[in-house]
Order: sequence, then structure tokens, then C-alpha cells
Amino acid sequence: MSDLVLETRGLVKHFPITRGIVFRSKVGAVRAVDGVDLQLRRGETLGIVGESGCGKSTLAKLLVGLEKPTHGEIRVHGDDVTRLSGTAWRRTRRTIQMVMQDPYTSLNPRMTVGDIIGEPYDIHPDAVPHTGQVRAVQELLDLVGLNPDHINRYPHQFSGGQRQRIGIARALALRPEIIVCDEPVSALDVSIQAQVINLLEGLQRQLGLAYIFIAHDLSVVRHISDRVAVMYLGKIVETGHQAAIYEQPTHPYTQALLSAVPVPDPRLRGRREQIVLTGEVPSPADPPSGCRFRTRCWKAQPGCAEHEPLLEIRQRSSHPSACHFAEPHNVMRRF
Amino acid sequence: MNQEILLDVRDLHVEFRTRDGVARAVNGVNLRLHPGETLAVLGESGCGKSVTAQAIMGILDTPPAHITGGQVLYRGVDLLQLPERERRKVRANRIAMIFQDALSALNPVYTVGFQLAELFRVHRGTSRGEAKRRAVELLDQVRIPDARRRVNDYPHQFSGGMRQRVMIAMALALDPEVLIADEPTTALDVTVQAQIMNLLADLQRQRTMGLMLITHDMGVVADVADRIAVMYAGRVVEEAPVYDIYGRPAHAYTKALLESIPRLDHKGRQLNVIQGLPPALTDVPRGCSFHPRCAYAREICRHEEPPVYQIAPQRIASCHFVREVLGV
Repeated sequence: MSDLVLETRGLVKHFPITRGIVFRSKVGAVRAVDGVDLQLRRGETLGIVGESGCGKSTLAKLLVGLEKPTHGEIRVHGDDVTRLSGTAWRRTRRTIQMVMQDPYTSLNPRMTVGDIIGEPYDIHPDAVPHTGQVRAVQELLDLVGLNPDHINRYPHQFSGGQRQRIGIARALALRPEIIVCDEPVSALDVSIQAQVINLLEGLQRQLGLAYIFIAHDLSVVRHISDRVAVMYLGKIVETGHQAAIYEQPTHPYTQALLSAVPVPDPRLRGRREQIVLTGEVPSPADPPSGCRFRTRCWKAQPGCAEHEPLLEIRQRSSHPSACHFAEPHNVMRRF
Repeated sequence: MNQEILLDVRDLHVEFRTRDGVARAVNGVNLRLHPGETLAVLGESGCGKSVTAQAIMGILDTPPAHITGGQVLYRGVDLLQLPERERRKVRANRIAMIFQDALSALNPVYTVGFQLAELFRVHRGTSRGEAKRRAVELLDQVRIPDARRRVNDYPHQFSGGMRQRVMIAMALALDPEVLIADEPTTALDVTVQAQIMNLLADLQRQRTMGLMLITHDMGVVADVADRIAVMYAGRVVEEAPVYDIYGRPAHAYTKALLESIPRLDHKGRQLNVIQGLPPALTDVPRGCSFHPRCAYAREICRHEEPPVYQIAPQRIASCHFVREVLGV
């Protein structure tokens, strides 16, 4: 049995830009996700980092089937789910669930916690026999550290951290193997963040879950991830083991991103390298030719505008990096 | 550090009178700010850090908010006693503030140039032409490329980081001595955050301005602050120079907070968790307000509010077990 639970090949999502109301014509496309290949193994956490607009949330939606890809394959246990329909599609979707960012808007305020967590059972009636549903929900509440007696309460009676636990319980209801977490802790206070991170880690150990962990907070991603992929304008620009990405980053964007993250240790003040990027992220509707990062890159040469660098292992990069001039440079080294 | 005191907040109390009861958002806060210094006010949501800032600025909504006690001294003058007309002059010329959400802080129907020029025209009586010229100059100072053209743009035409620059330009237009920045980079991406924090630091240095940085981000604080005041449930529970706090926290809450954040520079083990939630401000626990979540809590913490201990010339902490937390 292969350990690979999820794989995407050339995954693309373009959102059309249209003009006109009666005679709609397509005048362009926002290339939100533009050719993403990733692999996820059983029990592993793949962190996906990038700044706003890099396509990481669209990627999450594609993976759980909330958006249909324009091109490409999403393989769960080797089966391409983009080709499935009907019963087969539904059955496969059970294995991959999602935890949303905002615990305030992702729970229906008019449903009780029991109904929210139990709703997956209405859609998949064969998952748990009808008579056992209440118990199943109570077990889930217990599993995520909430009081099973609170099954009839409403979301507003819970705090932000507790609501995120409800969201996690809902994602676990169908016993998935993969959970896509889209910024699961960014809306939470620092002291609550740690509670939810520890819960996710504990559940992973206990249930053997694989996580796609999407976040903009690079410290949180390092803490929880085994491997990390860095996205820029719809593409993965660098990927590898967390230690490789954080200590030996080879793509200039990764280096700039890491150097910009403040570290909670004043002794490092002025002793860390700071690469300040100039300019702004270009529009994904009109990305630069060749390498997409070249407009903000200090290493850019004329050739970068013509040849798009592939995400591959290079002479000076032992992990895949999409830069013609990839070379390791530890920006966190103290000097 | 300059020992002159720009801003001196003494025993400030603010409460919100709501239908659900009285929420004591600020419970006796003391803060001092010196010229050229960066004081970080650190805390989680609901700790009273933003309310403190709004009370200093005089922009609290009354009702429901009521300042029930204390003084806000700016160069010795109590701002809370000033009539509104005088207060307004101070607000623009002496103390300025920037906010987290620049889009809602700027007026969407006027160009940024108009909004900047308005400051000079109203407060300085400058002519239109001159005011416009100074608006361009300001946008240039906050490093907005092509300022001469962008001055005629509306706020929505700027990106998040650029809007934050516009707001900084507006706050600094009249050369204030104190700048209060309430979560100025929380809504921004890290690379943009780095640009904005660098800009703020440069401008502060040029003007020897006192900066009060209100934030929950312990990374940003470690990078820029000189001193830190940690707030919990409406009080300053610890105040110290930045190196001391990160090296040896003296309050159980500060210590727990520092242990609960993941680090970028090493993978680390399981995070230390602070159990439970911050208290509701309508129902703050008796004794030490942190005791239900505290690993050091004992009987005394449930009944007696801890006094403020002066543990070093520039350090205070309000915890019954300061010595234990410090490990002495």
C-alpha cells in the first residue's frame, strides 16, 4: 500500500474576468492557482505559506471540492477525483475535510452545535447509523476537548477558541484521512492559538491524519509542519523538509519572506539579515512573463523574463526550487 | 534615554456601561512615555490596550464608555480636564494616532491629497496651493512612489501597505511629539509589515517622537520596543525594558505568553498552553485577575489583589509570586 494519500498534478484554477451583462465576453483571467504539484503522505503535515493573493486559499478550496479546477488532477489514493461524479465522488470527499479560518462566520448561528457537527451524517447517512449519531457527536465533542453535555448550545455561547474546536469536530465527523486547514489559528489570540495547535497535533498522532496546513504565519507553519511549500502568484516556488526551507532556503522570495518575520527575541535585533522587498505583488490577472518574482527580485537577470524557472532540484539546491539562480542562504543565522 | 516625560497616564479607569452590566475595560493603568522612546503596550484582545489609547486620544464613544478616574498628563497638563476645543488642538498637533484598518480610517470620497491638505488648511491656515505642495512632500516622506501623481488618487486606489503609509503621513503631518499606533501592521503581510515598521522607526528617529505601539505581536515588539507594558484584564501587570521581559519575565502571565508562541528559528517541542480564556470584563475574577489560568496560583491569589512590586529601577510587576516566576 502506498503511503501517498493526496497528490495534485498540474492543478490550475483560472477565474474569468468578464465584461458586459447581456453579452458577456471573457476579457482575461485571474490565474489564482497556476500549475501546482503536491504530494501528501499518511500522517504528515504539509505547510503552505505565502502572502495574501498567492492562491493558497483557492488551492484549499480546490482540494476539498469547493471549486472546480480549470485543469489538472487531484488524486486521492491514486484516483483522480476531478473525474468522479455521483456516489463515487461523495464517497471520496469523505476522506478529505476542511477547517476554516474564521470560527465566527463558518458556523451557522441558528444551528446547535450538535446539528453543526452532525450535519455531515445527514449528507452521508451510511457513515453512522441514525440511532448512534448523538453519541457520535458527543464523542467528537469530547475528542476536541469540549463538554459533551453542551451539544444543544449555540455557537454564540462559545469563545473563539472553542468555536474553532467545533469546526475541527465537524471536520472529523466522517473520519477523514486528510484535513485541509485554511488559516485555522489566525483569528485567535496568542494564548488560544497554542491550545488549538496542540489539539491539532494531538489529533494527528491519535488518528493518523494528514494535514494540509495553510497559513501566513511562518512561525506557526514551521512548528506544525513536516514539509513546507512556499507559494507566490499561484505557483509553488520552493518546497522541501521544514528544516531545509527555514535554514537553507534557496529561492530569493523564501529568503525575503523569512527575513521579514519578526522573531520574539530582542537579542537578535539588528543582528538578523533583513531583505526588504520593494514594490508590490503583481496582479495575478497579469503575472510577469518568465519568472513571476523577477519584478521584485534582486538577482533578476534579463533571461528571467524569458525563461520560466521550473520547480526542480538544482545544482545548488538539494530540494526543489523555482529559481535560475537558486542557492542556499540562511537568513536566520545570527551574525 | 531622555528622562523628560511627554505623556504620563496616571491611574486611568474606563468603564463601559452596557445593558449586560458594567465592563471595567481599564482598571487603574499607569504609563509613561519619553521623547524618542518606543513603548509597546502588549496584550490580547479585550485587555484594554486599545481603550487606553482611545482614552488618551479622547476619542472614546461616550456613552457607553466613561472615564471614571485618573489623569492623562501631556507635558504636565491633564488632557481629561481640557475643554473639547483645546483638546482638539492637542490631538492634531501634539498627539496623533494611526489605526489597524487604514481603509476605514480614511474618507473614501476625498482624494488622499485633499485629506492631507485639509490638515494644513484647518490647523495652520495654509493656502490651498501650499497645502497641496506639502501633501506631496509628506507622501514622499512616507516613500510612496510617484507622490506627485498619487496625491490625486482616492484611498481605494492604494494597496493595503500604501494606505497605511498614507495614514502615517496624515498622522505626522503636523509634527506631533507623540504617536500612538494601534496594531498598525496586523492586517498586513509580513514583507509589507517589515517595510512599515522600518518606516515608522526611521521617522521616529528623525523627529525624536515618542511612539506608543499597541500590539499583540511579540515578534514585532521584540524588534522595535524600548520598554514594554504587558496588560491583562484592564491592568498593566508587568512593565520592563524589552531585554528584561524576554530574558526573564517577572509576571506569570508574561512568562506563560512567551512560552506559548511558536518560534521561527527552531522547530521546538509542544507549545506550553495557557488554560482557559481571558476573563469577561463584566466579571473579572477577584484577587489576581489571572489566577484561574495561572500555574503559580495559590490561595492568596484568589483573595488578594497583588500589589505592584518595584523589582528593579525600571521594572514593575504585579504578581504575588514575582520571585518564584523570576526564579530567584
